[in-house]
Amino acid sequence: MKRVYLDRIAATPLHPDVFAAMLPFLKESFGNPQSLHRDGQAVLEATEEARERVAALIGASAPEIVFTASGSEANNLALKGLALASRVKGTHLVVSAVEHPSVLNAVKSLEKLGFSATVVPVDREGLVDPAAVAKALTPKTTIVSVMLANSEVGAIEPVAEIASLCKGRNVLVHTDAVAAAGSLPIDVRELGVDALSLAGDSFFGPKGAAALFLRKGTRVLPLIDGGVQEGGRRGGTENVAGIVGLGRAAEIARAELAGRGARAAALRDRLIDGILGTYSHVVLTGPRSRRLPHHASFCIRFVEGEALLLSLDMKGIAVSSGSACSSKSLKASHVLLAMGLDHALAQGSLVFSLLADTTAEDIDYVIASLGPIIDRLRAMSPTYTEFLKESLP
Amino acid sequence: MIYSDKVMDHFANPRNVGTLPDADGVGKVGNPVCGDMMSFYIKVKDDKLADIKFQTFGCGAAIAVSSMVSEMAMGKTLAEAMAITNENVAEELGGLPKNKMHCSNLGADALHKAIEDYGRKSAPVAAGGPAAPTAAEHDDHDEECACPYCDGPVEGLEDVCACNHCEIELVECPSCGDYTNKAGETCVSCGAKTPA
Repeated sequence: MKRVYLDRIAATPLHPDVFAAMLPFLKESFGNPQSLHRDGQAVLEATEEARERVAALIGASAPEIVFTASGSEANNLALKGLALASRVKGTHLVVSAVEHPSVLNAVKSLEKLGFSATVVPVDREGLVDPAAVAKALTPKTTIVSVMLANSEVGAIEPVAEIASLCKGRNVLVHTDAVAAAGSLPIDVRELGVDALSLAGDSFFGPKGAAALFLRKGTRVLPLIDGGVQEGGRRGGTENVAGIVGLGRAAEIARAELAGRGARAAALRDRLIDGILGTYSHVVLTGPRSRRLPHHASFCIRFVEGEALLLSLDMKGIAVSSGSACSSKSLKASHVLLAMGLDHALAQGSLVFSLLADTTAEDIDYVIASLGPIIDRLRAMSPTYTEFLKESLP
Repeated sequence: MIYSDKVMDHFANPRNVGTLPDADGVGKVGNPVCGDMMSFYIKVKDDKLADIKFQTFGCGAAIAVSSMVSEMAMGKTLAEAMAITNENVAEELGGLPKNKMHCSNLGADALHKAIEDYGRKSAPVAAGGPAAPTAAEHDDHDEECACPYCDGPVEGLEDVCACNHCEIELVECPSCGDYTNKAGETCVSCGAKTPA
């Protein structure tokens, strides 16, 4: 059966060139980059080249890049590492309500260590108000963390504005760019951030390879103490093949970013217009235009997201949902609730995220497939029956 | 796959979906907040379930559970249907993921409520008719003690209590008396502002 994979926010396929670049480091080039002999030094060259490429993707310099094993680790290193290193200055953090769990739960852990945090709300579209962030700053605030783009609703947050309002307030600004990197043009100097997380598996690189940008001179307490790897900021023998793959993926993303973005945005709009134009009682979640180019998310009334997801899967279509039932914890997406959606509506969450090779035919297939699925589930939904009864004259 | 073939079959081809306009008993459980809402409609003839229809708002497991419950209970005596347990349903479905077991609770509960509803409606009215209201009161009390998110049991019946399953702190809404999330700004049942 035809497979249409529209769950880029969960995983991307490895780019063939990335795979080819990684292979030698799973085979003959096995050396440890810390070794002084030729076997080690050849591998070191490859990891340092990857560092250059990742830095180039975000306008940073190579020594400012710390490789980690995941976007979650990068976020943890940013939040905990920076907060603990600046503990003498203050113990207050400011984060947005729609951050990834790796940020929100890192904050919770810090709270157990005596830190406090202000969680800044978002508007109906999932956007943070920079003025609200500035208002939350106290003399004890050391870290502000607001994501660059939200993977659940696609919203692109005003990080540059936030960073500029934080200037001169003696706080470090971190942004989780895992959903944005490789899709949006990023320049850390223009953004004005001190730290930025990204992950290779969100732009056709391998899983297990991610990075944290730390502006030169930013002090961090390592989460993993060890040797001198990553400039003493993260111990442990390097995941060489992963790092090389991440570097190659960053290089490809940088070259293809503009073209990919425009193409994806056109298909995204086709999907949004198609779904909103064809089906009733469906709302777009997140902003209409200020959103990731490959991202379209909806809530479909009177039906539940996991049931939608499974039904689409039977049609060969892979998507995500933020419904309570589709999460392991059985809690509705904190993002959708933070945006003020009612629980019943949030239950109908569907998230489509497009790949680089998604076609217009794929999009049309998805739009057409969704109709019978919505009809079938609504026909057995007590809330829809009730709605129809109430709307009778 | 997270679900067994049997669950997927009942999800894709649910048996006995619909409503019965002239139902002898109706049972409704759940709340869209937790994700699952089920309505069961029954027709009773000679103390047996002559027809069963259901509607479900919920995940794959919830739909499959409703379908399976309706199939298991069809044609059974009321006593036999009341004996159907959550474990039976999950077992018949070839098992459910651990975090979906509460869905199986809802299915049997909804059917049992429909049978209880039939019992109330068909009970001979005694002088003054106190029997039926007492049963209704008891039912209301049951509802009061259920988590609005998963309909599961609630621990502690003081001002603040918590759902074992969802680990959500609950408070009684001053407007409608239902339990709602303590951290939420408005009541999940009636939408009234909750005390800070």
